[in-house]
Amino acid sequence: MEHGPSTEWKEDGSSDYKARLGVKMFVFYFVIYSGFILINTINPKLMGVEILKVNLAIFYGIGLIILALVMALIYNHFCTKKEKEMALLNKEGDK
Amino acid sequence: MKYEASLLAVIIFLFIVAFVLFISYYYAKKAKTADGYFKAGGNIHWGVNGIAFAGDYLSAASFLGICGMISFFGYDGFLYSIGYLSGWIVALFVVAEPMKKLGKYTFADALDAKFNSKGIQLFAALSTLIVSMFYLIPQMVGAGSLVEPLLGIPYWSGVLMVGTIVILIVATAGMTSTTYVQFLKGGLLIVFSVILTVMILNKGISTNPDSNYGEYHEFVELDIASINGDTVTLDDTSYVISDTIKTDSYWFVRIMDGSKETIWEVNVEENVLKETLFITELSDGETLFNGAPREDAQFFLVGHMSEVDGSTDGDTGSLGVFEFIKAIREGKVILWEKVVIKDGSSILTVFYQNEIDGSEVLIPGLQFKVDSDKGATFTDRLDFISLMLALFLGTAGLPHILIRYYTVSSPAAARKSTIVAITAIGFFYILTMFMGLGAMVNGTIDLSNSNMSAPLLAQAFGIWIFAIISAIAFATVLGTVSGLIVASSGAVAHDIMDRFMGIKMTETQKVWAGKITAIAVGILAMILGIIFEGMNVSYLVGWAFAVAASANLPAIIMILFWKKTTAWGIISSIAVGLVSSMTIILLSQKVFDGVYHLIDVTSPMPVNNPAIISVPLSFITIIIVSLLTQKKTAKEQLI
Repeated sequence: MEHGPSTEWKEDGSSDYKARLGVKMFVFYFVIYSGFILINTINPKLMGVEILKVNLAIFYGIGLIILALVMALIYNHFCTKKEKEMALLNKEGDK
Repeated sequence: MKYEASLLAVIIFLFIVAFVLFISYYYAKKAKTADGYFKAGGNIHWGVNGIAFAGDYLSAASFLGICGMISFFGYDGFLYSIGYLSGWIVALFVVAEPMKKLGKYTFADALDAKFNSKGIQLFAALSTLIVSMFYLIPQMVGAGSLVEPLLGIPYWSGVLMVGTIVILIVATAGMTSTTYVQFLKGGLLIVFSVILTVMILNKGISTNPDSNYGEYHEFVELDIASINGDTVTLDDTSYVISDTIKTDSYWFVRIMDGSKETIWEVNVEENVLKETLFITELSDGETLFNGAPREDAQFFLVGHMSEVDGSTDGDTGSLGVFEFIKAIREGKVILWEKVVIKDGSSILTVFYQNEIDGSEVLIPGLQFKVDSDKGATFTDRLDFISLMLALFLGTAGLPHILIRYYTVSSPAAARKSTIVAITAIGFFYILTMFMGLGAMVNGTIDLSNSNMSAPLLAQAFGIWIFAIISAIAFATVLGTVSGLIVASSGAVAHDIMDRFMGIKMTETQKVWAGKITAIAVGILAMILGIIFEGMNVSYLVGWAFAVAASANLPAIIMILFWKKTTAWGIISSIAVGLVSSMTIILLSQKVFDGVYHLIDVTSPMPVNNPAIISVPLSFITIIIVSLLTQKKTAKEQLI
């Protein structure tokens, strides 16, 4: 049994851009996530401080969940934009 | 807690199971080819795939385990929600599209895309099987826990039932039926969790949380007249203390009323005896709950606030989201500490009350020690970091999640389905906090089983919501277990039999190989599910994440981003990740206590969660071995 890609699709040349963007956004999120872990381990009492009607622990925790969604949408926006640009370029190249 | 089946619960449960089996039968014709069986033909819509991702991922650990852990330990359970969701960032930004491009049926395909190495095929398949098995155990434990209240049948029969149904689902229609079962269950779980959360907020918080169960237990305190050494004398002389159980860390007394036994905590600060709950495991194998068989219903449900709105007899009425959090933060909560004692030839587990400020419930530290002022050591904090690291890095290394990237048509569809998954899963995880805290303050905690808080909370609001929530939770287990078994059967039939062993099979034979593997893995999972009864399912899944983060993720990351990665590097990294993470887990204190049941035995491992050690070790291994084997690239085809 061959073990190539699961389905055929056209490579549009946007892969490098998407990979670079993905790594940058991953590093950004990881820094924010690490901040959450560090506060918990170095100064856990800070997590009890009130922020916007809740404490920092809940604010930061739910914030991490919402941030993941927001960043996912931003990532998809730029990836889709680049894919369309490359598709247009490829179309013009074919002509 | 005595569990009794309700007719409505049984009917709804049977309806959902019948529907799931119908889906399998309906899609069975699509599973005649390997493409159809292992990846649902590769043309599932990204929106459906995204919700199916949620259905696959929101396992028993997410619903039963996290809600249960929050109800027992407050915010520490929510840490799992945060970690599980954050892990999707790694999947989306780093893994999703490349995995889709490189692989065909399994994540081993992607790792092996550049090398065609027998070693990678074998080790990646072994890793898939081991991680899937670690993940399967808690699903089975969750299933067993659920059927007790739902159908009134014993734990082991629930494990056997879910195993049998899942084998039927997977063996008939593979990934296609699995996808639609996961889609259905993911959607239903989120909708009914919203309904349950609205009911929690609508009810508000009371110091006396009566519910559908009837009146909440009224806790008794006995005034102490005097303490002389270890001897306690009570004001009320009608109570006769028959025994004292005392060490440096706890002090209990036993009171006999005729043949009825009760155990009380000696609270020196308040100069009273406080009621406890206790489980006695007798030497003949019988287990007593508060001194009586479980059927006698002496082991009541607990969970309440002792002070709400500044009053010890308060009731907030309906609350908004922020008011609910505020009411807990500004009140006092009764949590339950647990101590296991060797009592002659019996084993005694005593749960005693611990009144703490609500603000303490809403920050980390009750389950995972992080504050040095409260006795946290360096290794306690290391353990916490290790857990959070495993949750963050584990998702993108889970084989049953990775194979879902092959059910869609393109890398862009893989990306979009991941975003749908993040939205659905993130929303659900925010709800877990309210469901967990709701169980904590509404008298719906069964101290003998931390996995039951969410279904019991539902039951407090009425039998219909309990029946639906439990049936969905059962479908949750079915959906996740199906995915795990498809991943395992792909590892055996595709990676090992077809590619590693080079057995020539027709399409039909490959599908049959997958089905036979599914049956074998299902049976093994049932056996392990019975052995691991009683462990918190989220804790168990935390270990599956640690093994996945250690064995799979370093290899995936390095093959994508480091051109010098060699086949030997990948093989060594998977092997070191597997061995190191499993060694630490199997020798950890949690396993000593919860699995081996070794009382007062200290484990040789300083941490319970291995990722902080095993993930860097796996990365270092792949770098060193790849650098050492650079010149052997041409020969690696023969490994």
